Amino acid sequence: MMIGSINIAVLLAALMVAATPILLAAIGELVVEKAGVLNLGVEGMMIMGACVGFIVAINTGSPLMGFIGAALGGMALSLLFALLTQALMTNQVASGLALTLFGLGLSALLGQKYVGLTPPRTPKLDLGPLSEIPFFGRALFSHDIMVYLTIALVAAVWWFLKYTRGGMILRAVGENHDAAHALGYHVKRVRVLAIMFGGACAGLGGAYLSLIRVPQWTEGMTVGIGWIALALVVFASWRPWRAMAGAYLFGGIVVLQLNLQAAGVKIPVEYLSMSPYLITIAVLVFISSGKARGSLNAPGSLNRPFHASN
Amino acid sequence: MVFNKGKAMRKPLLCLKGLTKAYPGVLANDDVSFEIGEGQVHALLGENGAGKSTLVKMIYGLVKPDQGEMILRGQPYAPSQPSEARRNGVAMVFQHFSLFDAMDVAENVALGMENPPPLRDLAQRIRDVSEEYGLPLDPTRLVGDLSAGERQRVEIVRCLLQDPKLLIMDEPTSVLTPQEVDVLFKTLRQLSAEGTAILYISHKLDEIRALCDEATILRGGRKIATCDPREKSSRELAELMVGQILTPPEKPDRPLGDVVLQVDKLSLASNNPFGTSLKNISFSLRAGEVLGIAGVAGNGQDELLLMLSGELTAPAEQVRLKDKAIGNLGPNARRSLGLVAAPEERLGHAAAPDMSLTENALLSAAERKKLTKYGFINWRATDAFAREVIARFDVRTPGSHVLARALSGGNLQKYVIGREIELDPDVIVVNQPTWGVDAAAAAFIRQALLDLAGKGAAVLVISQDLDELLEVADSFAALNEGRLTPVRPAKGLSVEEIGLMMGGAHDMHPAHEGSA
Repeated sequence: MMIGSINIAVLLAALMVAATPILLAAIGELVVEKAGVLNLGVEGMMIMGACVGFIVAINTGSPLMGFIGAALGGMALSLLFALLTQALMTNQVASGLALTLFGLGLSALLGQKYVGLTPPRTPKLDLGPLSEIPFFGRALFSHDIMVYLTIALVAAVWWFLKYTRGGMILRAVGENHDAAHALGYHVKRVRVLAIMFGGACAGLGGAYLSLIRVPQWTEGMTVGIGWIALALVVFASWRPWRAMAGAYLFGGIVVLQLNLQAAGVKIPVEYLSMSPYLITIAVLVFISSGKARGSLNAPGSLNRPFHASN
Repeated sequence: MVFNKGKAMRKPLLCLKGLTKAYPGVLANDDVSFEIGEGQVHALLGENGAGKSTLVKMIYGLVKPDQGEMILRGQPYAPSQPSEARRNGVAMVFQHFSLFDAMDVAENVALGMENPPPLRDLAQRIRDVSEEYGLPLDPTRLVGDLSAGERQRVEIVRCLLQDPKLLIMDEPTSVLTPQEVDVLFKTLRQLSAEGTAILYISHKLDEIRALCDEATILRGGRKIATCDPREKSSRELAELMVGQILTPPEKPDRPLGDVVLQVDKLSLASNNPFGTSLKNISFSLRAGEVLGIAGVAGNGQDELLLMLSGELTAPAEQVRLKDKAIGNLGPNARRSLGLVAAPEERLGHAAAPDMSLTENALLSAAERKKLTKYGFINWRATDAFAREVIARFDVRTPGSHVLARALSGGNLQKYVIGREIELDPDVIVVNQPTWGVDAAAAAFIRQALLDLAGKGAAVLVISQDLDELLEVADSFAALNEGRLTPVRPAKGLSVEEIGLMMGGAHDMHPAHEGSA
């Protein structure tokens, strides 16, 4: 199937790849915010993941080790955020911004010797006959394993939040931390765990960029994807499937505008480049506006520091 | 009310021995000892800051005592966290409900249980228990949409599902209508008859005398007495609690003047998605009159205050101050014309928590006291004004430089009300003027409002505390779902009539009589 010079199956395939890092970061941040913490350091944790994952993969020759390293790298940075905001009670917004700046700087330092190298290839997942199906095989069933794991992760987060006791406690902590504390739940412990999960997810998202999507290490290579992930969480009203829809929409427009650029459409490149950001936000604002419930879905204790007083 | 007899025969359920807890700078509990018998309704009585909350938090495992021990059914009992307390049959209904607005009733109940059954079974059990005790609840509703009375039912049902031996209730009636209080008492008596002990925390003396078998009175962290509340008058109990002789506020006799504030058929949408819109509100207020407006929380009180203070505006003609149409004016314009307001929320609405008392004085007094000139602030005059308020209203604070959030509730309330009274207004509107304030400060504030009325100002008091309204008001009305009842003279109104005016009897059923 072709539209003009654009092959739809290839476009869909590229879309899933483009959306995966945003989706990983967004689903992590969604859990963090559901626990009542606003971590604006997603961009910093992503770039740390991209850098650490790349270094580990080059040195071990194994993309799997790279992804594990990336998750740990993102988590390490998020632990710094947890220490600042949960133990030392600093302001979450300022700490998150600082985390982003710190992550960008530290990754540039660590990655200096790795610029221009090529990481070990991550193989495509062999789905046998599925990938032979015309059109769908090319579009949906010829990806690396991370694409599918990410979708599985969205499903797992959705299920966890909706159906498990742990998820209920996490939502309770995010909704009203004083009440959760009064009932004897460990607000800080839940929050630190959520922050670590968010860090690991952001790290994986970053590594997906440096190991698969690009694949290369360059300074500042996340170019604002962490921020889009943050916006996605809000506009998706803290719902996992909606965050996924938003990520795929964003990925789709990224890929489409790249194709349009290549096809030589007579629109200035700058407009095309900004279009994914504009359109994603416009669509999500449109979806979440009007209904008061959309904004009410925000966790009640989001960005409020918790201090157990007497 | 007849089943509480022979307290001597009760087996002790929980013994507290010498419980002591110190916080930096305060001794919250000092060597407190008493006993609660099985099936007994035991009152814990005291002012704010007397140490009631700390004491029950120790029993519920939220706070560890520094010294002393507890014995539950003959066994040493030292819960390190609430789940351990719950496993031992101790349950608690909190004053500020420990509920989650964005979650449904069943989830809220499950969060307070140790081993909740799957949500579907739980929903059925919630229905069963709530029917049995006359507390109807729909497990699938969002808690954010429930009334205060219904929210309390969620808390109570959550406790009952765990079959508690001791139920702690922290100021349970502060949010209820008189009818809802009756239903609650029936439920509590039924529980007591079934052998559940109840530790009932309150500072409402009539309630305690109606419900409780025994009362322990705390003052300044120490136990003052344990007595049978029925053998004491409310006044004796109050004096034990406060430690001083209380005088009820004096209502100076005064003739009523002309109408100063008139609201005419005003309807106004709320600015809050969980709020209540005002519907067709009409009333008038005369100079020297104190109008009390009752109602259960969430029936439009906040919106009424916002509408009068000018934070919500209306068509100009529908609100008139003396001869001026002011409906479309904002708060500062109204203030300079003589209409001032003190909202319910002390921190964050009436006062900016992180600003000093002087700065907070400026925020509302700038206009009437001419504290600014050409956009520059006259700090000397502002500070003098703040000091004057502090001195005249007996605000206990080291000075006017102290941050608003550092003051205790009662002191800050005296300050924010005093600040408005000192502006010498023609009309003052206050919402919940003594909420969460100790008895001495409350009496002081009420007296100050009455004195202001005596000087010819019109006073509008919105409150959920009926005793307070009956004490100060000349005329009386109630808000119900955003509608205001006709104004009636306060003299001669019975509590039942008031309850009907408040119309707060949302689907209330008395507990099954069979158990009584």
